[in-house]
Amino acid sequence: MELIWDGLKHALQLLFAGDPRVLGIAIRSLQLSGLATVISLLVAVPLGTAVALTRFPGRNLVVSLINTGLSLPPVVVGLFVSITLWRSGPLGFLELLYTPTAIVIAQFVICVPVITSLTLAAVQQIDPKLRQQLQGLGASRPQMLGMLLWEARLPMLAAVMAGFGAVISEVGAVMMVGGNILGSTRVLTTATVLETRKGQFDVAIALSLILLLIAFAVTWALTAFQQRGEVR
Amino acid sequence: MSEPILGVRDLVMRFGDETALEVDDFSIQRGETITLVGHNGSGKSTLMRILALLLAPTEGGVWFDGQPVDFRSRSTLALRRRMAGVHQEPLLCRMSVFNNVALGLRFCGVSGREIGKRVDPWLDRFHIAHLRDRPARAISGGEAQRVSLARALVLDPDVLFLDEPFSGLDAPTRERLLADFQEILGETSVTTIFTTHDRNEALVMGDRMVVLEAGRIAQFGEPDEIYRRPASEGVARFVGVENRIPGTVVDFTDNRVRVDFGEAEVEARGSVAPGQSVLLCLRPEDVTLAAADTGAADAAVQTGGENVLVGTVVRILPSDSSIRVVVDCGFPVVALVTRAAYRELKLEPGDRARVSFFATDAHLIPQVSVPPAPTAARLRPGARRRVQAWWRGH
Repeated sequence: MELIWDGLKHALQLLFAGDPRVLGIAIRSLQLSGLATVISLLVAVPLGTAVALTRFPGRNLVVSLINTGLSLPPVVVGLFVSITLWRSGPLGFLELLYTPTAIVIAQFVICVPVITSLTLAAVQQIDPKLRQQLQGLGASRPQMLGMLLWEARLPMLAAVMAGFGAVISEVGAVMMVGGNILGSTRVLTTATVLETRKGQFDVAIALSLILLLIAFAVTWALTAFQQRGEVR
Repeated sequence: MSEPILGVRDLVMRFGDETALEVDDFSIQRGETITLVGHNGSGKSTLMRILALLLAPTEGGVWFDGQPVDFRSRSTLALRRRMAGVHQEPLLCRMSVFNNVALGLRFCGVSGREIGKRVDPWLDRFHIAHLRDRPARAISGGEAQRVSLARALVLDPDVLFLDEPFSGLDAPTRERLLADFQEILGETSVTTIFTTHDRNEALVMGDRMVVLEAGRIAQFGEPDEIYRRPASEGVARFVGVENRIPGTVVDFTDNRVRVDFGEAEVEARGSVAPGQSVLLCLRPEDVTLAAADTGAADAAVQTGGENVLVGTVVRILPSDSSIRVVVDCGFPVVALVTRAAYRELKLEPGDRARVSFFATDAHLIPQVSVPPAPTAARLRPGARRRVQAWWRGH
């Protein structure tokens, strides 16, 4: 118990003192996970919307595959991204393995199915007659799609929260493709693992607290926005 | 009413093997209100979606304002923007009442200042100005439908489509909104196409009425004409002709037709050859009911074009404002009487009653003898469905 208490005290000291090592890792985590989430949104939102609004042979299979992606093991993602980026792999010539870009790629692969699946569900729950109603009011196809996404914005914020939460808290894949290199690919989760292994529990707790704080702050901001939208 | 504004020609709409709609020729005059009526699955929503340029027909064409519509062309959007629609559910978006009403104007690229100028008067006209900044999802069903109507009319459309807009509302709300809407419709004189299940709404709203049966136009004309002279048994049933009695014409002279029902003979007006099987259609409100003396003969008497039948009261069916009395005259005759009249008549099941109606109120529909249906098992599934649909249509 004393170990935890001392660890917490030291962690708070590190945080309030603005330890540059800890802050650097926290900022890098935010940057990489934020970037991966934004890129995932650009792919997942149109994909989820397209699947939700179209009917084609094999659609159920596609939806099942997307939903399976929700439980995609990050270690498996890490393995395949590593193989792909390996020196002798198909994209080895890009020399991206153990770089921040490799982390963004792995997080992107983890994040896309989460946001796609939740976008699909969000757009599907909109009354199909609304499309007809919007067209009946003179909406062009892009205007109609924009309005449908606007209508689905509240559940889609949940998709963003889930996607960001999945990547910021991910450790296996990030460790495999990033390598946990200080000043380059070390992020909050991998640093926490490392400090725990070293027995530096105070630093590990400080990093965990920051991780929790970031997760809470982002979720709180999105929830506040979501609930405000619900009332309006 | 001047020239036609919208119409279809040789229209066929199929969904897979199923033919949902077949309309040879149908057009709407500028400024008139057309009501589309029919049972569920009769094709009225499909016809409305095609007319609203939201659905391209499988075959045939749609024309709007003298021009044929090319559904593949980008210009269809410009034509669609000259129309507006209101659905059964208001389907408001997650935004304020004002922004919902402004939605169509924003789609058309109208400037912000112009939007304010155009939206506010419509909020006033539909008595929803006090809800202007309220979230649209937080208002009542009746208010939401007012928003939906304002959202369509603010576009100043050439054609307005109303898909059962009042059917989801409770009776007092519906009556108030219908009254307000009729007033506004009279002021704007916008061409309106209105679908409804409610025959009273159809009668009140429409200049002309289209009755759809199994994807075909069964009758198209003025509501009163359709109510009085339905073209088929299906139309008669739909427009509330409760007395549909099969008989055979025994005599025809000088527009007077005598029809034999086995138990009685009655006189009607029309031109039907003797020997022809007919369906006598009579609205219950055209039947006069009176108490009959005990032991009165069950015979039909005609004096001066008035048919008189005597029978036994078998059922009393009260409704909100009137009472239906079913009298067995060898065949059931339904009479509609007011509550006050019913109290005065003091009729109970088992009592003798005298029903009378004028020959001019009885409408005859010649019955076509239909050959037996082809054996369904011999037909391919698509053909089988078409035959069954045709069979139901007869």
